[in-house]
Amino acid sequence: MSPSVPLQEMIRAIRSARTQCEERGVIQRECAAIRAQFRQNDNGSRSHNLAKLLYVHMLGYPAHFGQMECVRMIASPRYSEKRVGYLGAMMLLDEKQDASLLITNSIKNDLSHSNQYIQSLALCTLACMGSAEMCRDLAPEIDRLLRSANSYIKKKAALCAVHIVRKVQDLGELFVSAARSLLSEKNHGVLHGAVVLITELCERNPETLERFRKTVPDLVQIMKGLVISGYSPDHDVAGVSDPFLQVRILRLLRVLGRNNETASDAMNDLLAQVATNTDSTKTVGNAVLYETVLTVLDIKSESGLRVLAVNILGRFLLNNDRNIRYIAMTSLQKIVVTDHNAVQRHRGTIVDCLKDQDASVKRRALELSLALVSASNIRSMMKELLVFLSSCPLELKAQAASGIFIAAERYAPSQRWHIDTILHVLTTAGGDVRDETVPNLIQLITNTSELHCYTVHKLYRALLEDISQQSLVQVACWCIGEYGDLLLRGECQETEPVQVTEDDVLDALETVLQSHMSSPATRGFALTATMKLSTRISDNVDRIRSIVSIYGSCIDLELQQRAVEYNALFKKYDHMRAAVLERMPVIQRNSSGQNSEDEELVLAQQPVCDLLDLLSGPQEPLQPSLAPAQPISTTTALMLDRFYIWTQKGFILEHNLDSGLLATLTASNSSDSDISSFTLQAAVPKVRLSVFVSELEQIMRNIKDGSIGVDGLSLNLFLILKYEITGINREGASTPNSLFLSFFKSGHDVLHLRSFIF
Amino acid sequence: MMQFMLLFSRQGKLRLQKWYVPLSDKEKKKITRELVQTVLARKPKMCSFLEWRDLKIVYKRYASLYFCCATEGQDNELITLEIIHRYVELLDKYFGSVCELDIIFNFEKAYFILDEFLLGGEAQETSKKNVLKAIEQADLLQENIDFQTSLFAAPS
Repeated sequence: MSPSVPLQEMIRAIRSARTQCEERGVIQRECAAIRAQFRQNDNGSRSHNLAKLLYVHMLGYPAHFGQMECVRMIASPRYSEKRVGYLGAMMLLDEKQDASLLITNSIKNDLSHSNQYIQSLALCTLACMGSAEMCRDLAPEIDRLLRSANSYIKKKAALCAVHIVRKVQDLGELFVSAARSLLSEKNHGVLHGAVVLITELCERNPETLERFRKTVPDLVQIMKGLVISGYSPDHDVAGVSDPFLQVRILRLLRVLGRNNETASDAMNDLLAQVATNTDSTKTVGNAVLYETVLTVLDIKSESGLRVLAVNILGRFLLNNDRNIRYIAMTSLQKIVVTDHNAVQRHRGTIVDCLKDQDASVKRRALELSLALVSASNIRSMMKELLVFLSSCPLELKAQAASGIFIAAERYAPSQRWHIDTILHVLTTAGGDVRDETVPNLIQLITNTSELHCYTVHKLYRALLEDISQQSLVQVACWCIGEYGDLLLRGECQETEPVQVTEDDVLDALETVLQSHMSSPATRGFALTATMKLSTRISDNVDRIRSIVSIYGSCIDLELQQRAVEYNALFKKYDHMRAAVLERMPVIQRNSSGQNSEDEELVLAQQPVCDLLDLLSGPQEPLQPSLAPAQPISTTTALMLDRFYIWTQKGFILEHNLDSGLLATLTASNSSDSDISSFTLQAAVPKVRLSVFVSELEQIMRNIKDGSIGVDGLSLNLFLILKYEITGINREGASTPNSLFLSFFKSGHDVLHLRSFIF
Repeated sequence: MMQFMLLFSRQGKLRLQKWYVPLSDKEKKKITRELVQTVLARKPKMCSFLEWRDLKIVYKRYASLYFCCATEGQDNELITLEIIHRYVELLDKYFGSVCELDIIFNFEKAYFILDEFLLGGEAQETSKKNVLKAIEQADLLQENIDFQTSLFAAPS
């Protein structure tokens, strides 16, 4: 091959430039020369010039003046010029440029050229940067090429068709029959292209998917051939025969087998065979195994096969190759909800991965570990998670902290453990926790009255050690303000009491007030705490009075206001001071707007039914502040016939299932005020509804003729409620995936309706 | 589907860029800059996969060059590593023990080889032999036509 000398000389010249400025100089000179030569239409070195321009473009310099030259070169009859012209088109032109339309005609002509290499250039360019209009124009040509006798062209045409379908979905119809017949090809390249095309067609059109389901036996046959056949030198990669094709076929099988029993059954044996026979010592074998696992987990496979798949993932977790471990955890994350027990078996390995060096692996391990926390392993898991928290990278700290809080809240074996855990998190990662942690913790402490003494002792000690973690300091100040008397009493059952004097306590609070590390909010906490102590201590009330009056002239407006008000409390309203600064009562849990009287709604795992949230709009996915950002856990579903969806001060929305197939929602108002502007909207997902109706009809037919089919199906119900009472507008919306109406076949002849709430 | 492939040196200099999605020059530059920075910041023992924006990035370092591919959600990362490896093997066979300089001085050949192996972001030919044969034939075609043209060129 003759090297493009002018090109290589230019490259050498550019590379030998010592400074950026010098390089720019060389490039400007070259570009000027190239521009001049484009104008001249110099025949001999047109392709060299364009190649030079493309090099310059890759370095980041502007090259738009080459666009028209590309168009001209593509139209040239010389192969060398066409080649560089098409390359230039792919680099400089994209569908957003107007010039790209100018090459449509050239491409059209070249697609029917007698020379396959020229046809190939056109196909490659169309598949790389063809716009929607170009695709529409040239689709019939591509369909014709799909039926040609030339394998070299057919395989490229198949991938070109894939691009066309991605750009203009409707054109998919055009390629269906050609794609079908391509499956009987022997040429691997063509087969590969055909499988990619069919996958694309099926993913975009459910009817096409139905049609191609019939090809499952053929695909199984092809796969068997690849897996069992002997060594084929052309396609062998480290002992695996054509892994690229195998992976694509497995992916197509996944698409075809999803939600379909018959198709899934047909591929069961094959998947088991691939899973057991593929050599897993090299990456390429693992690539095939990985795709197999993904397919098994996504289709309706039998349980034995699923177990096999999860075990493969478990083996991956122990692999030395970090990439494989990462892949395994990503896949386990997807199935941790549905196959929870299977994944639990590998908990030890997953927890070990928390100590891995790689941040991506750590992140995956953290997500999985949090998903695997359960009531039985909470203590050991929490130990590991807390160790992780103290040494984890910064970007994971917030996620780890909130995950720990959620887990602690759900599965805390005792109140004291819960408080200890939260305190531990605050001391190690107090700066990275979310804002709502402080009020939540305060609420938790208030409600655990028997541990007030213990808590305030621990917090006091923590405060003495370190006042830089704002969340911790805020909670500590609040506690000392509330329970300072317990601290001073000097006796505690749960922990060793600390001997403090009133001065010590006030010193601590003043340190917080004066420290430059304290945020304005923290100082507010400290000031209020100091004030509260005035009713809980006996000797140093004067000191408190002087602290408070100093802050009456503080620059911070919030502090100043507080100080002035507290001052007034001392001076004019001293008789009220004791009452105002009294111990706080037990706080109602208000994150989900439910009153605690509704015993019927108290679910097994969650303390409140967060079906409707108080003041958020219907569009937001509602998450009470400590709700897990995880897939729904099937263990917290309750099947109830009668339950309250919403109660608020006497207004009740009730859900009732009669013996028939009727679910009734009843709203009633037992308060003194009137309700007005009442609206209730119920909705189901539109996409789901048409499928639901046809599936329901199928079930009815199964009942009629006694055949076995699907056992049941459910519909996700969304509710939006609005009304006005005593001039206040109230509204609420159900959380997504929280209320399901399910139809069940019982025996073979009766249809029931049940409601599930999560 | 692969959305794009980038080859860059340890110093962050771009040696090859192949885009299979339509983006403006400015966007391409921005993506390139950010991604190159992200990948170069990774330590040697780290995972070859990372999540970046909504894409899965698969990268591997061969001598002084980083091969970096951006794939979509459904794609198999391990097979993408194999695709990268296959491309390196093709380059190696073609240039005979390929090194970065080969790719710098013959970048258009590197593109031609890539275009015989991948099409529209997917692998088009799974046999190494067939890809190399096609390139050889195309090169011959180019030489022959050039030769013929020079033979029959009108005397100037």
